[in-house]
Amino acid sequence: MAPETPAGDLRLANLTKTFGAFTAVDDLSLTVPQGSFFALLGASGCGKTTTLRMIAGLEEPTSGQVLLADRDIARLRPYKRPVNTVFQSYALFPHLDIFENVAFGLRRRGIRSVDGQVREMLSLVQLDGYERRRPAQLSGGQQQRVALARALINQPQVLLLDEPLGALDLKLRRQMQIELKRIQTEVGITFVHVTHDQEEAMTMADTVAVMNAGRIEQLGAPAEIYEFPATAFVANFLGQSNLIAGETTGGNGGDLLVTVHGSRFSVPARRSRADQGPVHLGVRPEKLHLVRSADEVPAGSQHLDGTITDASYVGVSTQYLLRTGWGTELSVFAANSGSQQRFAPGDRAVAYWDPGHAFLLGRHADEDDRTTGILDEPVGTSS
Amino acid sequence: MRVSRWFAQHWVMGVALLVLGYLFLPIAVVAGLSFNRPSSRLSYDFNEFTLDNWRNPCATSDMCDAVLRSVQIGFLATVAATVLGTLMAFALVRHRFRGRSGLNVLIFLPMATPELVMGTSLLALFVSGGVPLGFWTIVIAHVMFCVSFVVVTVKARLSGMDRRLEEAAMDLYASEWQTFRRVTLPLVLPGIVAAALLAFSLSFDDFIITNFNSGTTVTFPMYVWGAAQRGIPPQVNVIGTAMFGIALLLVLASSMRGRKARRAAIATAVPGATSRS
Amino acid sequence: MSALAHVPTASGQPVSPPPAARRGRHRLLPYLLLLPGAAWLFLFFAVPLVQLAAASLYDPTGSLSTGYALTWAFGNYPTALQAYWPQFGRSFLYAGIALVLALLMGYPLAYAIAQKAGRWKNLLLVCVIAPMFTSFLVRTLAWKTILSDNGWLVGLLRDVHLLGPDGRLLATPIAVVLGLTYNFLPFLVLPLYASLERLDYRLLEAASDLYASPLKTFRRVTLPLSMPGLIAGTLLFFIPATGDYINAELLGTPKEYMIGNVIDSAFLVRLDYPQGAALSFLLMSAILVVVFVYLRRAGTEEVL
Repeated sequence: MAPETPAGDLRLANLTKTFGAFTAVDDLSLTVPQGSFFALLGASGCGKTTTLRMIAGLEEPTSGQVLLADRDIARLRPYKRPVNTVFQSYALFPHLDIFENVAFGLRRRGIRSVDGQVREMLSLVQLDGYERRRPAQLSGGQQQRVALARALINQPQVLLLDEPLGALDLKLRRQMQIELKRIQTEVGITFVHVTHDQEEAMTMADTVAVMNAGRIEQLGAPAEIYEFPATAFVANFLGQSNLIAGETTGGNGGDLLVTVHGSRFSVPARRSRADQGPVHLGVRPEKLHLVRSADEVPAGSQHLDGTITDASYVGVSTQYLLRTGWGTELSVFAANSGSQQRFAPGDRAVAYWDPGHAFLLGRHADEDDRTTGILDEPVGTSS
Repeated sequence: MRVSRWFAQHWVMGVALLVLGYLFLPIAVVAGLSFNRPSSRLSYDFNEFTLDNWRNPCATSDMCDAVLRSVQIGFLATVAATVLGTLMAFALVRHRFRGRSGLNVLIFLPMATPELVMGTSLLALFVSGGVPLGFWTIVIAHVMFCVSFVVVTVKARLSGMDRRLEEAAMDLYASEWQTFRRVTLPLVLPGIVAAALLAFSLSFDDFIITNFNSGTTVTFPMYVWGAAQRGIPPQVNVIGTAMFGIALLLVLASSMRGRKARRAAIATAVPGATSRS
Repeated sequence: MSALAHVPTASGQPVSPPPAARRGRHRLLPYLLLLPGAAWLFLFFAVPLVQLAAASLYDPTGSLSTGYALTWAFGNYPTALQAYWPQFGRSFLYAGIALVLALLMGYPLAYAIAQKAGRWKNLLLVCVIAPMFTSFLVRTLAWKTILSDNGWLVGLLRDVHLLGPDGRLLATPIAVVLGLTYNFLPFLVLPLYASLERLDYRLLEAASDLYASPLKTFRRVTLPLSMPGLIAGTLLFFIPATGDYINAELLGTPKEYMIGNVIDSAFLVRLDYPQGAALSFLLMSAILVVVFVYLRRAGTEEVL
């Protein structure tokens, strides 16, 4: 089931879209390698859907190019592009049955015998026997699979998915994530997936691009972005981070030294995005470990002490807030593996971490600490 | 490329505006002719500007009598049709009963029957029953064809209403009558008012059915019809323009009120919600 | 019926029968509410139709002064049809042509208001209804001015040689058809608008994404989805247009007379009640046949 013509990479070159005075997509350039599962991740209004619609041809770029195998398709009408979309609302035709919905694209291109292909596609999405039903008779998850089949049957060079799982409940969404990943591997078509759900993006995509205000903040493999975010936005949008404001005065061998309220910490130079002046020292909450006193901190680790102000038991872990000497509350996730000590609000505690897990980001001189409080949604659940 | 795409996106709107122009062309002519001093009684062309027609709309007193009669008939027919139609709409939306589908047909058919057929059949009835044609036969006929439109309009409003609001009222100690009076009626009222306005305009403008059942009674459309043979006084255009203006004002006023009410509702919603919680 | 029956109620309101307690206490209430209106419709709509059918079978030699006798004179029908079949044919021909013109104008108008007008939607909708605020007859008379021999329109058409130097519009079939198109256009546009307004533009995007050109998108998605409104609008246009005689009277000549003119004169001038009633009944039957055939062809089972 390979695409008809060898597809080649999808390249966006200096793509810009403005609506009046508002710039939705700002000079965006990126390459999506052929056959990859690519996710555009961002909050609503960040320009990710506009980018997708420009690739689909539903929105005309103000400037820039959309290149597919080195051919600029940015000004082709949508029905002339070898690109198909799974719409957020599914947009199934209510007056056609499932069979005709799936056959729609083939028929429009003048293909007469569609029977075999439609049945094959319906069985790929596990909807055999639903041919003569109407879209309104199907559940949300089934409708979603019809929308997928309707797009995939055309063997597009690129398949665009616009928040395709947004309308499904959590359990179904998990199931469809795995399903989508399986189908993508099976058909080998380039998938470009737009989502605001960081967990969804990380589960499925080979490459994730985090978008903010019309620009790409960071692009890379999910683990790479999570472990070593490029900006404070990424560090807090993808999971949670404790970002502590400090100053660095430069290197000491392979390490950079950071001063935070009189204390000194070190971060490996390979985990630093800045080596001079104001910085944020970042540590993920699950990379912090709590002990009662500095004596228990293992050698080679760095530590901070403070007071526990809140403890929330959430099953797999307990989430603590630790107030530091200068008043910032850091979040700490302690896995409930049974071997940990329990802390109660008011307890004195010491948080330590492996310097190899910390990271250093550039900071504006007037920026303070940026931590995500315990009230924010924890990693692992999504909205 | 750019030009053709612009054209592809906007030609429909262009056609639409042309069609609206076609719809408004006669209105403009009517308004224009209301300021005309015609050259002869049978002339339909613009001759000379004058304000006389607007200063003396009743220069031909027959016409004003006809307008007044149309208003009287319209008023009576509207009241009767609105009451009958609203009661039926409530029964249809809120109750289960035998003969429902037959009744629906009886309500639907008058809207799908040519006026000519309704007019002639009523005439046949009145003549065979020896009923003298005149003011009251016109009223009877108008109530008949207005009722269906009232039922449809009120029914639409009523079935779009959230039943849970009434349940909430009863939960808050309102009796059935109080619930109807304080919750149901105010919510359905816009639909009833719209239905009444529709009924009045249908009655006021009706010619064909009236023509068969009026005897010697002259309504405004009957007057215009008769005058068309003898020569139209320019005051007819004054009435036509005034009707247009009044109706337009009513529509604008109701939409303004709707907008204001919505704004007021939003303004009160926030403090209201907090004080209650 | 099938399509709608399965759509879940969007508002999530349960469609429940009224509570049993209520039903028990007010078992008579619905009948009391219905009685006056239903009686009125029965007495002044249904009974007259029967009376009309009876009148069409009266002895044609009777008169209003001598009285009529019901002699089951079925011969009234062929006699009437023989005498007036050209007017009959003309009614359907003019109404048919007017319908085609109205569709060509009304569909783009309804589509533009529903899908393209944005925040001007309500204003444009009022503009469609507004012309009906002025008397039907007065508007039709205005067309007399617009189409008159020394009006600007005829002058323009003569200048560009679409009309001969003595060519005219008034008192021609063109004027009558134009008047019919004009007078009933809003009846076509409003239901069509209601259908197109519900059309989700994302479906059009999806069609475009799936290789449908604008024309194919219209043919395969927009048109089928607007079918309920199209059918309702067509009927609301065609039924009154066929039975109309005001346009033929005011804008045409006896050569353009439609069946309505004949019926009007049979009842009000010639006082030939049996013939008038027979023609009225024929008109209604003919319209019913056309409507029925049309509904069958349009496949209402699919769309209603």
